[in-house]
Amino acid sequence: MKDISQQRGLTRRELLSRSMAAGASFVVGAGFVASPDAAWALETKALQPQTMATLIQMARDIYPHDHVGDEYYAIAVKGYDDAEVADTVEAGIAALDAAAQGKGHADYLSVGWERDRVDILRGMEDSAFFQQVRGGLVTGLYNQKAVWPLFGYEGESYSKGGYIDRGFDDITWL
Amino acid sequence: MAAPFDMNDDNVIVVIGTGAGGGVLSNELAQRGVSVVALEAGGRYLPEDYVNDEWESFGQLAWLDPRTTSGDWRVARDFSGLPAWIVKAVGGTTTHWAGASLRFQDHEWKAATNYGDVQGANLADWPIDGDEMAPWYDKAEKKLGVTRTNGLPGLPGCNNYKVFEAGAKALGYKEVHTGRMAINSEEYDGRMACQQTGFCFQGCKWGAKWSAAYTDIPRGEATGNLEVREKAHVARILHDDSGKVTGVEYFDADGNLQMQKARAVCVAGNSFESPRLLLNSASSMFPDGLANSSGQVGRNYMRHMTGSVYGVFEQPVKMWRGTTMAGIIQDEARHDPSRGFVGGYELETLSLGLPFMAAFLDPGAWGREFTTALDAYENMAGMWIVGEDMPQETNRVTLNHDVTDQHGLPVANVHFDDHPNDVAMRAHAYERGAAIYDAVGATRTFPTPPYPSTHNLGTNRMSENPRDGVVNKWGQTHDIANLFVSDGSQFTTGAAENPTLTIVALAIRQADHIAGELSRGNL
Repeated sequence: MKDISQQRGLTRRELLSRSMAAGASFVVGAGFVASPDAAWALETKALQPQTMATLIQMARDIYPHDHVGDEYYAIAVKGYDDAEVADTVEAGIAALDAAAQGKGHADYLSVGWERDRVDILRGMEDSAFFQQVRGGLVTGLYNQKAVWPLFGYEGESYSKGGYIDRGFDDITWL
Repeated sequence: MAAPFDMNDDNVIVVIGTGAGGGVLSNELAQRGVSVVALEAGGRYLPEDYVNDEWESFGQLAWLDPRTTSGDWRVARDFSGLPAWIVKAVGGTTTHWAGASLRFQDHEWKAATNYGDVQGANLADWPIDGDEMAPWYDKAEKKLGVTRTNGLPGLPGCNNYKVFEAGAKALGYKEVHTGRMAINSEEYDGRMACQQTGFCFQGCKWGAKWSAAYTDIPRGEATGNLEVREKAHVARILHDDSGKVTGVEYFDADGNLQMQKARAVCVAGNSFESPRLLLNSASSMFPDGLANSSGQVGRNYMRHMTGSVYGVFEQPVKMWRGTTMAGIIQDEARHDPSRGFVGGYELETLSLGLPFMAAFLDPGAWGREFTTALDAYENMAGMWIVGEDMPQETNRVTLNHDVTDQHGLPVANVHFDDHPNDVAMRAHAYERGAAIYDAVGATRTFPTPPYPSTHNLGTNRMSENPRDGVVNKWGQTHDIANLFVSDGSQFTTGAAENPTLTIVALAIRQADHIAGELSRGNL
């Protein structure tokens, strides 16, 4: 199990014993969010775990890439787990849940279809909270070096001598 | 007297800025035996310091001091504090530039005459022309080692170029090649050949791309006639009761205010900082700022009509591999009003890495329409549009007295509205760009909005008549004989070509003129 909080990891058994299901995508427990297959876990300090789980889902719904795992979205937003901004984030997610409830759902995480979650987000896209999360993701998600290979992007090439002998002109399908 | 120079040495020429204008001017003056103090707001970074990482490099090199924006351009909404992507470092934006080195076309020197009356445009003819500039372009091309000039071969075409070329040829375009680039296609001038690394915008780690940072600047310093003071931010240009410039006040690296005397001052801080400095130098004698009797300082800001087109294909392109801008289609650069606009545009290959593609493809966009584009990143090809935009008096740099920088100086506000001619030309270029990619099987194309400006021009423009502009044909201000402008802000009009080669040619010519005037006792 990858512990992306870079703190003490939870064992699979601990995780399962402490977990309580909250939506299909995440396992939310006391002080942590994890993937249902326990491939990764993120401990929370300042935010409610449910809030963090909702934030991760929100991040995916803003920039959905089906071949990019939740852990990268979790890394992209884990900076919000900070006492300085926790009140703002809790309030923002509470507003998101309220919007979901206004459409007859229990909360945002329990909305099953992406299109319905996106409808909810469209309704709040001019809010400072939405724009803060979206803007932060532009670098928080796409500037993760671990994400680049998932898009085929190769990053720096100087240390490998550039592409002069490594396929700068290797296109064959034209 | 050899460098370093005394603060009270009033024999020196002070050059403000060390990029394509100021860096070249400083060296060219030093080579002619003139004493120069160059004041550079940024620090010194060399190839070993550059990083192949878009955001990290941006943090290292970009000019990030506060600026504000207004107008209908989308940059004012999406990047309100970042109107330009230019560099704060020794060598200026020659560290970041892509290397495209094109001469103006002859008709572009006389836009007012050749384009006629364009409503809302403040067009003027340059007081110089292609014949006047030809020998200076020759010198500039030799200095920069421009490919396809002086017997230097063109660069090899990378994957992104091959897609671009195939589409262009399918549409019948004729003037299609890997560009005239100040990037070595073979070893030249002690610098090695391009290794097709990509990351041209982040500073060339091989030194294969010409940059003043590791050519003109150290060569000027080696003469003993040039002293470059880094992290020296000029606050004000000083003058005496006769209206002659006497020196400059600047904040040094420790934030202390210093004063350097000068025989003459040459301003080359790019098209926001140069007018800002003239305006911030207002005095009781010149209440509207220095050299501003025409009221034109800061006006006629041009940024080229730009935009990008990206295309997605069924199979990989890997556009990031190789020289970023070594590819051009010139067929649309002509002046042909039958297309519905005056002037023309170049199409040039361009790629961004994934991080910058996410930031710039469609700023502010989200959801699957956006993310499916990035999902196809590996299969993407890209091109940049660079065309002539119309000078407008109301597109201008002014002082924003409500916002000050780290030195307490009012910052530049940059106001820009597209002219209808710009809009018509962009629409045409988007259609052509998409057609080029469609011709080789694109499944989707993206007409991408202009990025924060890299070509900033025209805010201290050159004019025959002192009423119409700020400087004369030598870049000398109409109002003050020993005050010069030496960067792209002196452009009367922008032409369709990337401006660096012309800035360099003008700087070499200006150095020759200033050195001559000094020896004739006129300065």
